[in-house]
Amino acid sequence: MNGFGRFVAEADGLVVQPRMGFGSPELMRRGLAAVRDSGTLAVGTITLDSYTRVGSHDVARAALAAGDDLNGYPIVAHPVDTTLAVVDGIAGAGFPVQVRHGSALPQDIVAASIAAGLYATEGGPLSYCLPYSRVPVREAVRAWRESCRLLARLRETGAEPHLESFGGCMLGQLCPPSLLVAISVLEGLFFQRHGVRSVSLSYAQQTNADQDAEAVHALATLAGQHLTGHDWHIVIYTYMGVFPRTPHGASALLAEAARLAARTGAARLIVKTVAEAHRIPTIEENVAALRTAADSATSTTYEPSTQDTGILAEARALVDAVLALDDALDTALVTAVELGFLDVPYCLHPDNPGRTRTFVDHDGRLRWSRLGALPLRGIADTGGDHDVTAAGLLRALSHVERRFDDAAIEQDLHALHLDRPCEPTSERNA
Amino acid sequence: MSERTPGLDVVVTSLASDAHTWNLVYLQLVLEELGHRVVNVGACVPDELLVDECVQCAPDLVVVSSVNGHGFHDGTRVIAALRARPGLAATAVVIGGKLGTGGVDGARERAARLVAAGYDAVFEDGTGLAAFRTFLTQLQAGVRV
Repeated sequence: MNGFGRFVAEADGLVVQPRMGFGSPELMRRGLAAVRDSGTLAVGTITLDSYTRVGSHDVARAALAAGDDLNGYPIVAHPVDTTLAVVDGIAGAGFPVQVRHGSALPQDIVAASIAAGLYATEGGPLSYCLPYSRVPVREAVRAWRESCRLLARLRETGAEPHLESFGGCMLGQLCPPSLLVAISVLEGLFFQRHGVRSVSLSYAQQTNADQDAEAVHALATLAGQHLTGHDWHIVIYTYMGVFPRTPHGASALLAEAARLAARTGAARLIVKTVAEAHRIPTIEENVAALRTAADSATSTTYEPSTQDTGILAEARALVDAVLALDDALDTALVTAVELGFLDVPYCLHPDNPGRTRTFVDHDGRLRWSRLGALPLRGIADTGGDHDVTAAGLLRALSHVERRFDDAAIEQDLHALHLDRPCEPTSERNA
Repeated sequence: MSERTPGLDVVVTSLASDAHTWNLVYLQLVLEELGHRVVNVGACVPDELLVDECVQCAPDLVVVSSVNGHGFHDGTRVIAALRARPGLAATAVVIGGKLGTGGVDGARERAARLVAAGYDAVFEDGTGLAAFRTFLTQLQAGVRV
């Protein structure tokens, strides 16, 4: 039985989790074992490859046959016995394993996971549709309803399947906190209405730590009001945008995500590694990231409240407006996107209205510049008309990367000067 | 020819298995600021959709951008499908991004094989935007003069 929600609820401290997936079953098994034995309070991850994500299982099989590298574990292409052997003796009540995939149409992935005894996965009808697919929202809603029911049926066997909303990410960057919170809450509610009781809601670290802390508190408040039961928790994603290229910068950003989780009382954190900007990380890099995160969380104190700049009010307005559209949440979600009540900035999905815009302000906070048809008039401030240029977009996208890399380079330079005080400053370019 | 509006008609696209879009949003802005017209096909574009889109738009240039590590694999397949269409046999098609799962390792060999497969140029991550801009300038001169 895979009591993912229970494991997290009973954990004495922040649960840490990698994003890790390999095409090779041997490597996948070795990776899971290394995470289990990392000395941290960890849960395991099987991240799927992107052929499986889009349903191209034949391409994944061909790639396996040709010996080509895959960027994750193809759980549908591999026979179920292979996956059973991967997790045998590793996955269990003491080390739950979650399948992470990114698919808008996940029924076959969910079925393959269930067949291998893996009852925890993630995504959502909006969060895995709008950013990552071309699938119409209506179809994704239907697919996720079916997937929820596949999972919910497991409860007849005494298991407690778990679903995590990916709504706290939405393109990884430049989506303001209130919309992330609203989508996470709506998807968590969607899972519960379709029979999955144990859920988690996500929030991805953005550009400003205080703004993020406020958002996580807003998420907890709305979750408490809308979700039923007590088997829900919040998961923080380490930054999902352009990542620092320096090892020190990458580690510092990860540490800040761990502090965000600890100060807001979030239960779980998904880490990123120092290899993030460059390539798929190794097992060792993943384990090192788990330890860095666990250490940072341990030395951070919980803060019961934060300043209120209006994130809760915005998120509540979005959630309430969507729920008011239809008693059936499935219909409400589809209509909300059609009407632009939910409109993800810079999202190219054919169904996304694409009328909202955002920017990073002088304090490094994410702000709306255009609200489109979002039901936030009179609630959200807009920072004037910022027309986006290519250079401006790149600056905004690399805001976090630059902040952390610059600090890391300063630090290295400082250390260098202490070592060899006479070196010229052109060392920066070395 | 001189009566035609300056700038190229460009199709910007991802590949079938690649869900990343910031690269596409950015490239669209870069191209538009240089005076080109862009049709942005978006993420996870199946081969047939890309071929249909290109047949329909008859662009001067197709920019394939991929960062998920499958670019070499998917890109090799789709260029064959594009070049198989008579109307697209001579269209400029370039590919760039992170094209393998192992970072820049093997980038030179990948580029050679992609060019052999039919791409006009390959801009693996790290070659920078300058090379792409130079290519655009040359293409524009070639296409419009």
